[in-house]
Amino acid sequence: MSEQLLSDFDKLVKTSKFSNEEIQFKKNFLNNFIKKGFPNRKQEDWKFLDISQIIKKNISNLSYFNDYSQSNKIDPSIFVDGLEHNKIIFINGKIEKIDFNFEDRNKIEITDETKKDISFDYENSLIDLNSVFADKVFKILIKKNYSLKKPLIIYHSTNDKIKSTNINLRLNFELGENSCLKLIDYFGNNTEKNFINIFYNFNLEKDSILKNYKIDKFRNNNLKYSFNNIEQDNNSVSETFILSAGSDYFKNEINCNLNGEYSSAFINGIFSLRENQQHEIRTTINHLVENTKSYQLIKSVLGKNSKSAYQGRILVNSKAQKTDGYQLSKAILLDETSEFNAKPELEIYADDVKCSHGSASGSLDENSIFYLMSRGLNYQQSKELLINGFLMDVVEKITDVEIKNLIINIIGLKQ
Amino acid sequence: MDTREKDIEKLKDYKYGFTTDIENIKAPKGLNEDVIKFISNIKKEPQWMLDFRLKAYERLKQLKEPNWQKPKYPKIDYQDLYYYSAPKSMKDKPKSLDELDPKLLETYKKLGIPLQEQARLNGIAVDAVFDSVSVATTFKGELTKHGIIFCSMSEAIQKHPDLVKKYLGTVIPVTDHFFATLNSAVFTDGSFVYIPEGVKCPMELSTYFRINASETGQFERTLIIADKGSYVSYLEGCTAPMRDENQLHAANVELIALDDAEIKYSTVQNWYPGDENGKGGIYNFVTKRGLCKGKNSKISWTQVETGSAITWKYPSCILKGDNSIGEFYSIAITNNHQKADTGTKMIHLGKNTKSKIISKGISAGFSDMTYRGLVDINSKAKNSSNYTQCDSLLMGNKCGAHTVPYIKNKNFDSNIAHEATTSKISEEQLHYCQQRGLNPEEAVGLIVNGFCKEVLQQLPMEFAVEAQKLVGISLEGSVG
Repeated sequence: MSEQLLSDFDKLVKTSKFSNEEIQFKKNFLNNFIKKGFPNRKQEDWKFLDISQIIKKNISNLSYFNDYSQSNKIDPSIFVDGLEHNKIIFINGKIEKIDFNFEDRNKIEITDETKKDISFDYENSLIDLNSVFADKVFKILIKKNYSLKKPLIIYHSTNDKIKSTNINLRLNFELGENSCLKLIDYFGNNTEKNFINIFYNFNLEKDSILKNYKIDKFRNNNLKYSFNNIEQDNNSVSETFILSAGSDYFKNEINCNLNGEYSSAFINGIFSLRENQQHEIRTTINHLVENTKSYQLIKSVLGKNSKSAYQGRILVNSKAQKTDGYQLSKAILLDETSEFNAKPELEIYADDVKCSHGSASGSLDENSIFYLMSRGLNYQQSKELLINGFLMDVVEKITDVEIKNLIINIIGLKQ
Repeated sequence: MDTREKDIEKLKDYKYGFTTDIENIKAPKGLNEDVIKFISNIKKEPQWMLDFRLKAYERLKQLKEPNWQKPKYPKIDYQDLYYYSAPKSMKDKPKSLDELDPKLLETYKKLGIPLQEQARLNGIAVDAVFDSVSVATTFKGELTKHGIIFCSMSEAIQKHPDLVKKYLGTVIPVTDHFFATLNSAVFTDGSFVYIPEGVKCPMELSTYFRINASETGQFERTLIIADKGSYVSYLEGCTAPMRDENQLHAANVELIALDDAEIKYSTVQNWYPGDENGKGGIYNFVTKRGLCKGKNSKISWTQVETGSAITWKYPSCILKGDNSIGEFYSIAITNNHQKADTGTKMIHLGKNTKSKIISKGISAGFSDMTYRGLVDINSKAKNSSNYTQCDSLLMGNKCGAHTVPYIKNKNFDSNIAHEATTSKISEEQLHYCQQRGLNPEEAVGLIVNGFCKEVLQQLPMEFAVEAQKLVGISLEGSVG
């Protein structure tokens, strides 16, 4: 593996316009990744789904080099209809277009942050990999007191010109005081077996609001990993919604640091899985100061041969009195081959807190089906109605009405 | 000649016939094949038992000490321990209660333990009158009448080799984790219980009633077998604080329930937790595992853990037989600098198996409490269910309470429900109690007892009263 990495890195250096300093910076990460390799089940965070095995099984010729010097044609058919929006388009790991047509251009600033080092207190070799092979890293700054008029949709797509089987994407966002950003990650249905590694870093200043919706609906054979790091100042709010249904493998990881008082984080997720899909959500919410709040709701509907995992961790620092933390995960297993794993973890060092978690899993309630069938629905309809209601509960948590309706349409739920 | 060499010399002597007085025997320090042979020999064990120990030792050499647990402890030098020393002779034991630590006596008084029992707990030579009429002797006769075997492990190896051979190591194999394997290699003694087919054991069995049970040492091994249709309730430990010179305790407990049998295992552990600054104290690294082997069998664990500097144990149930039931009720209290990482594992293999977990953790002072549990429903365990509830109570902001459940559901017919909460004693509750004339400590005691009620109810009657008092005493000095 290391030979491939080294030669692909050489190609990247040759074709791109990175400065010497940047290349040196990337080299350090390359050495780190070569040392550590892909995470495996020996690491606690990867216990349920072992990504190194999954990659090995699905991608035989793993290569990392993408030519960022060549531009790709944008295929407008991938765009979302019925919703006016700003766009960022990634094709084969390269940003082809950043389009803020609906906004006041003076209020948004885009800067190159390739050299910015982001350090974490926990080990994750996929971020090292991302740091090595991602293209130029841009920071999108929303200035003070500005709320985006329209949501921003990030399109993640690939075309047949792709050279490698691994794509690394990275963006940094900074939300100035009292600003607001609605961000939708939209995944297409390209069916090549690629490993897509996404890393976003969000910095939320006082009173700012971030709403992030990740939509992976259309069945595809990609393997995806997405990591969101969210830093929150006083009174800021982050809302994350994850629809995890399309890819063969998808792990969403969210690390949220509530650094400011009265800040809050909401995470809602849906797994809707079928044939051989393996998805996971892992969250870490660090309550670091007083009066912070977090809420998580994750629901799974699992069909044949599918597997979902939820690892949620709430950490309450000894300073973080008056914390309110809540976690709930529920799963419906539809087939004897489906599997649900959960590890809802609480780590609490302060006494004046309210923290709880719940987890429930099982099959559809036969009594409810009987009730519906006795009122004239057939078995299939009853089942669908129950699942519809089960998932609707999560979608209802979306605070933006326009986006909520869009997501309801995409999933095909009935209201 | 230094002491080590002397010890080795003794060992050599032993090979040519053992004549020395048993009271003076001590195995040389350290862990090696010779020491294991020494232990086996001194206990006059048959060859198969020695082979069992040596097999475990072979395995142990390849194992590494686990380090994933939350409470970290200084490295133990396993070559610096004595793995066998004969029971203390009467000469070394305290002669009367006056020689004991006054603090210890005070605790006895609070728990309401009778004088004679206090003496017995500390190995004081009790007068002949008490001994001859002792409850233990009477109980022994009653048990024999029912055909129940209740004796020490060493006695069982001699007298009932077939049973021991058949069941020992079937639930905790010699190839298990580090501490369990260590126990398999060097265990000294413990309890053995066999309940014959269809017998309901007429009384609660307790180590206390087993004659000569006082010093089983740090590597205890217990094996309980409930044959078809039988029932037994077993009590381990007692509410009285136990002082012990051995820092590391790595016991193994195996339970086997055959068709329609039920085993109820209750533990109250109040070993020395170290002083207020966290110095000293016992490491309690116990492996407890029950196998519901037969159909309709049931194993129920109840534990009240208040002692030890570090408690690290997960009493588990393997629900192999169809319709079998596993239960786990636990109260873990940590105060001062105590640390506990405890919980259970429920492994569902058979059809229609059910399990229930109720865990109550209370941490005060500078302590750390972790609930760690696994619920694993296998794909063949159709129509199984689990219910888990783990609540934590925090007192003060210097302590920690953690919950780490692992939930694996591989069967669509099965249900798992898990709930956990963490909170503190509310000011309103305290105020209400104090208004009605309770002092703050009494008020906390009352509220905590209410919090633990679901678990305390599971304990046998006479135990429950003492345990209730123990809960209050363990939290002394943590309020105000």
